Amino acid sequence: MSTNRDDFIIAIRSALLKKGNRQKFSLFTLLTASCLILSLEYFKTGPIDKFRSITKDIIYRASYVVSIPFKLIEDSYVKIQDHINMYDEYRLLKEKEFNISSLENDLKFYKSENIKLRKFINEEPLKEGKYIITKVLIDKESPYIKSLIINKGFEAGIEKGMAALDRSYMIGKVIETNYLSSRILLVNDLNSKIPVIIEPGNTQAILNGSGSNYGELEYLPKNNIVDTGHIVYTSGSDRIFLSGIPIGKIEVIEGIKKVMFFSDLTQLDFVKIRYIK
Amino acid sequence: MPTRNKKFYKSFLYSFPIILLFVLVFTGFDLSIDYDLNISFNFVYILIFFWVLKKPETLGFGLIFLSGFINDVNLNFPIGISSINYLFLCALASFLRNRTLTPSLLYDWVFFFLSVLIVNSTNYILLTLIFSSDISYKILMYNSCFTSLVYPIFVKIFNQINIYNLKEENAKSKR
Repeated sequence: MSTNRDDFIIAIRSALLKKGNRQKFSLFTLLTASCLILSLEYFKTGPIDKFRSITKDIIYRASYVVSIPFKLIEDSYVKIQDHINMYDEYRLLKEKEFNISSLENDLKFYKSENIKLRKFINEEPLKEGKYIITKVLIDKESPYIKSLIINKGFEAGIEKGMAALDRSYMIGKVIETNYLSSRILLVNDLNSKIPVIIEPGNTQAILNGSGSNYGELEYLPKNNIVDTGHIVYTSGSDRIFLSGIPIGKIEVIEGIKKVMFFSDLTQLDFVKIRYIK
Repeated sequence: MPTRNKKFYKSFLYSFPIILLFVLVFTGFDLSIDYDLNISFNFVYILIFFWVLKKPETLGFGLIFLSGFINDVNLNFPIGISSINYLFLCALASFLRNRTLTPSLLYDWVFFFLSVLIVNSTNYILLTLIFSSDISYKILMYNSCFTSLVYPIFVKIFNQINIYNLKEENAKSKR
């Protein structure tokens, strides 16, 4: 019995302390070093933060370079799929009767009405304000994180909390800025929480990321009228984002109200970052 | 020319685990199959466990430590957490190596499953309790199970590379 216990202890000690053939460090030393480095996470300012920022910039650029061949393969796959689906899409478009001129007139009318109403309530027009166009370096879509790395950092004026848009649709917010790069937390990430308003009905809620390709609504009032087809906009109640940025459309699937995003979060190449006033 | 090609091929196969490890952490490649199931495999765990178990000198612990940092930066985890996970997995694999007299795939497989569960649970505890990150425990457990399920497939592939490297080393020592 005691021999067995001794063997067990020897095996553990050997695994942790023995350097082994061609190993420069023991596991124990490296584990201690990792714990020490992990404890440095509590320092959010000063030279440690600057060093962390520079390291991150270097790693992001290196990741971008390493990812280029994989990105090319992925892009080629998407292109092939587009080619395969082209005929079906063409047929669908041909079958649909689009009354484009009537739609354009409707759009003009709604735009002018919108401007008038915004002037009436002193609301800043959404499309005005300063934007910065950034390129996506890495799009990290894993079950744990849904985020993007963009090629502009605080050197270009990007700050934490700024809204990220694809065309005019909200896709996430800046959560980390380095000198030459920033990270955007996408709206479908588990850690993403955005105050929203659902129209029609003026219903307020919190949009949570689900970790999948849709969002979930929290804190909906009990007797809400939210239904399929309703549009979800930012409410601006957090005083970080402007109000009225469209995010997605409601779809009721098996009694659960899900938010289907307007943007395809897996196919983003360029992202607009809106400066906070 | 053919000898140069063969040399390149040999050195490529010898450094294959290191190259693969760094490609995986730099690209954040995790073999996710994301329909409605959210299935994903942690390929890095399989790679580290196999090579530390079979031939620890191929993957240096220092390099594993470094790859953990790169993974943390890419996945936006607190820097150092992946290194702890990977080194913890290394410790478990080294322990198994020290205790094993006759290697068997089944025994390794069961131990790998237990190791992944321990490592992922530690990861979850550290992230949620200390860093207050929101992580889906369900996804983490699915990931652990699927990583363990595919382990034998990758073991078969890695074994071929390991056997080839061993043959080359034997031939070199005979010369």
